[in-house]
Order: sequence, then C-alpha cells, then structure tokens
Amino acid sequence: MEFGTFLWTTLGAVLTLAIFSFLYKDNPFYKFAEHLVVGVSAGYWAVILWHNGLVPNLLERLRDGDWYLGWLNSSKPWYLIPAILGLLMWTRFSKKYSWISRWPISMYIGIATGVAIPLEMSNRVNKQLYAAMSKIHWDNFFGHGFLDTAAAYSEIIIIIGTIAGLIYFFFSKAHTGAFGTIAKIGIYILMIGFGASFGLTVMARISLFIQRIQFMHEDWAVVAFEETNPNYGWFQFFFWLVGFIIIAYIARELYVYIKNRDKQMVKPS
Amino acid sequence: MNQNTNIFNKMMSMDRRWVFLLLIIVCVAAYFAPFSIPILIEPEVERVYNFVDTLAPGSIVFLAIDYDPASLAELHPMTYVLLEQCFRRNIRVICTALHPNGPSMAENAFLEVVDSCKVDKTYHGKQFMGREVVNGIDYCFLGYKPYPALVILGMGTNFRLPFPADYYGRPIDSIPMMKGIQNYDQVACVVNISGTSGTEYWISYGQGRFGFPLALGVTGVMGAEYYPYLNSGQIFGYMAGMLGAAQYEKLAENDGKAVVAMKVQLFAHFLIIFFIIIGNIGFFMDKFSKKREGR
Repeated sequence: MEFGTFLWTTLGAVLTLAIFSFLYKDNPFYKFAEHLVVGVSAGYWAVILWHNGLVPNLLERLRDGDWYLGWLNSSKPWYLIPAILGLLMWTRFSKKYSWISRWPISMYIGIATGVAIPLEMSNRVNKQLYAAMSKIHWDNFFGHGFLDTAAAYSEIIIIIGTIAGLIYFFFSKAHTGAFGTIAKIGIYILMIGFGASFGLTVMARISLFIQRIQFMHEDWAVVAFEETNPNYGWFQFFFWLVGFIIIAYIARELYVYIKNRDKQMVKPS
Repeated sequence: MNQNTNIFNKMMSMDRRWVFLLLIIVCVAAYFAPFSIPILIEPEVERVYNFVDTLAPGSIVFLAIDYDPASLAELHPMTYVLLEQCFRRNIRVICTALHPNGPSMAENAFLEVVDSCKVDKTYHGKQFMGREVVNGIDYCFLGYKPYPALVILGMGTNFRLPFPADYYGRPIDSIPMMKGIQNYDQVACVVNISGTSGTEYWISYGQGRFGFPLALGVTGVMGAEYYPYLNSGQIFGYMAGMLGAAQYEKLAENDGKAVVAMKVQLFAHFLIIFFIIIGNIGFFMDKFSKKREGR
C-alpha cells in the first residue's frame, strides 16, 4: 500500500471511530469529524457544480466571445439571459432588492412545473391507478394461471388494501359501522406498510455499520498489520497514538464520573 | 410498587448505550464467525439477473449510479456484481452519475471491477478468461451534470446534448464505443442504482417518457417505496438494500461483501427483535401492574 493511500485509509478508520463515539455521548472527536464531513461536502459540491454546471453549460458556450465586451459578441449571446437570471438570485442577500430574486425563482418553478405535471401525472398517478384497477386473474387460484396460488392472493390484498386505505383518509363521513370497520382495516394495512419500511430501515442502518466493520478489517487492519506493509512503522505509530487518545479520553470520562458521584454523595448532608 | 414493577420499569428505561454496545458486540462477533447463511432469491432480483445474462455480447446496458458514500454500504455491492457480470459477458456499459458525489463512487467501482476482470473466473460452470476492460471500448463514463430531470430528458434525444464530452473530457464522438449510439433506443435496459430521489426522475422522465426497460437497485430505506412500480410494470426488476445485493451476488455466483453482511444482519435482527420483545413485555406488565394497584 502506498504511503498516501495508507494515510488516507488510516484517517478514514480514525474518523469512523470518531463518528461512532457519538453513540456513547457527544464529544470533541465526534464534533471534529462531523464538521469535517460538512466542510468537505460543501467544498466538494461547490467544485463539482462549478466544473460540471457553470463551466460547460455557460462559460464554455460563451467562450468564443470576449469577456471585456460582456460576451455580447459571442456566437451564442442568449446564454447571458440565464446567467443574468442566476445572478439575480443573489439579491436575496439585500433586504431592499430581495424581491428581484422572485423573477428567476418564478421562471424556474414555471419551467419545472410545465415539464413535471404531464409526466408525473401520467407515470405516478395514472399508471398506478391502472395497476390498482387491473382485473383479478381468478385462474391463478385454481393453479392454472400464470401466477401461483399464493401470489394470486396478492391481487385481492392490493384491491382490499387500496380501498380500505383510501377510506381511512375519507373524513367527510364518521368512521362508524361498516364504514368504520373498513377504515380500521385501512389503518392496519397502513401499519403493515410502515412496519415493512421500518424493517427495511433497520436493515439499512445495520448495513452501514457492517460496511464500516468490513472497511476497518479488510481495507485497514489486515493491510496495515501485515509486516510486509512498507509503512508498518508508521502504522504502529498511528495505532498507538489513536489508542493513547482513546484511553486518555476514557480515563478523563471516568475521572469526571467519579468526581460527580462524590459530589452527589456529599450533597444531601 | 412491587419488585416486578421495578424490573419492568428498569427494562423500559434501560440506558440505550447498553443496546448499542450489545449490538456492536453481536455484529463484530457474527462478522468474524466462520459460517454462512442460505439466501433465498426473490423473483424481482432474478428478473434483473436473467435480463442482463441473456443479452447478446456487444449489447449496451445503461448504468445510472446515483448515490454517495452514505449509501455505499448497500449499493456498491450491486454495482460491482452487475458491472462484473456485464464485462465478463462482453456487454458494454454507458454510465452516468446524476448525484454530485456519484462520480467518485462510479470511478471507484470501475477501477476495482476492471482489475477483477483481469483474472480468470468460473461462473455457473462456465469459464471466463481474464481480459483487459478498456475505458472507451467496453464502457463509457459520462459523469455528472446538475438537474437530473433535464439531463434524463436530454439524453432521450441524444447523449451528446447534456454530455458533449465524457467525465474525462474526451468528446463523445471520439469515443469508439459511442459511435452510432444516439440515445436510449440503442441501450438494452437502464439500471438505476440509487440512494436518492433521482429514482423518481428515472421512472417519470426516463421510463415514462421513453419507455425503455428499467430496473432499480435502491437502499433499504427506500425499499418499500418502489414496490408499487414493479406491480404496475414500470420497472421490470428490483433490488432493495443489502438483501437485494446479496441475492444478486448469489445469482451471479460471485459472493462479495453483501453475502458476508447478511449473516451479520441475521444476528443483529435477532438482537433487535429480542429488545423489542423485552420492551413490549416491560410496557404491558407495567401497565398491568398499575391497573392492578388501581393507579
């Protein structure tokens, strides 16, 4: 492993430990790692957006003009219009002129809405409605359809679930009697949906932790602990440095805990 | 208040740090324990695998990598195994990353899979000789552009509209594999591996507008959200979270990090279920005790 790669991997391992230290309680290591992530992300995003947005979409297209003429002699001077609209967004910082920023915002929202409404309506409303209203394939229940019997029940569940779920959100009639029973089935269906989401979210969060274990073990410890690692000496230094910092922090925490406990014991008298 | 109530109160007010500590111990122990668990394959994952596996050599798969390091744990295994499957079968790949942090994820995956493809391997009894996978011949990485909806719509007309050059600055027309490739009409399918709402853009502005076959690979958190699109036929296949990645690895006979992670998931879930049961017993017994004492 190259020294540079080794250094970055070690930094990654240290920052991983710093972030997980929050599980114990908020502390300076966590604060440092958190601020580093926010700072690096903001800087990275700014550079990425500059090089992939502004440069190719605006500056490159005005390139054949002269900047001291305001690029008005470029072969595509109309690209100055979105540039001006973009600049107007910065008037948000002035109390007096902040109203001007509504122009580019209104234009942006207008275009986005015009593009979005037909496609969103067609693909996220209509097609979902068609799927919910599709006919039930009764053949499947008797074993001679294209689905197996167990899967065939899902068609019934989807229909009942959709109707019951919609009825639960219908508040113009009191949820009593048969209507109330269907609404209750609706809330159970919703709860099953939320339960599935919760289960998958737990799996996702555990996955993040497992990936960190894999990183710490496979990408860092295994490589670093190999005596053939040309940076073995450096690894030893970093390992003991991190170990010392962790032990020092635990010792400080214990000291604070014991001190506070003594104070609490003295207080009643 | 009797002694039982004290126990139940204690069960409910246990310091959450004990839960974290136990979870860490269980996860680390399960990770190092030498065993494996069976992984059942779901049809929605199998459909993605079969689709890619039955493509003719030279076909093109469009891979949209829209995730950042926060979703890397679940989505990187999907990207790795899918890319390796494509390259081993001489299927070409066009890739975009419509999340600002996506390009580094995509580059990282390409570098590692290109390295892995240099070695001979056998999948499903068929030997695949190691070969050099070349950027520009076997794959083309277009990179990132802001405003995913407009980029997706633009690519439907011509890839050259939003991406006149690839991620490395080479004009698209100078890239050998992009000769004669105009838009989605020339790709066999689009696979969107995403940890963001970019997936909705691919469904509405991509599949909905241009009608190409679309498969999704998403994080566990997004898992339940996109199943309705499978039922409506808007997507032909679906991989959700670490489980989806592990199932794909099993199908491809290319066990990786996701398969290893699933054994850890098993024990972590057992522990969480145990704590949920303990918490519920505490809650109901405490309620029962209070009722009995007339409080």
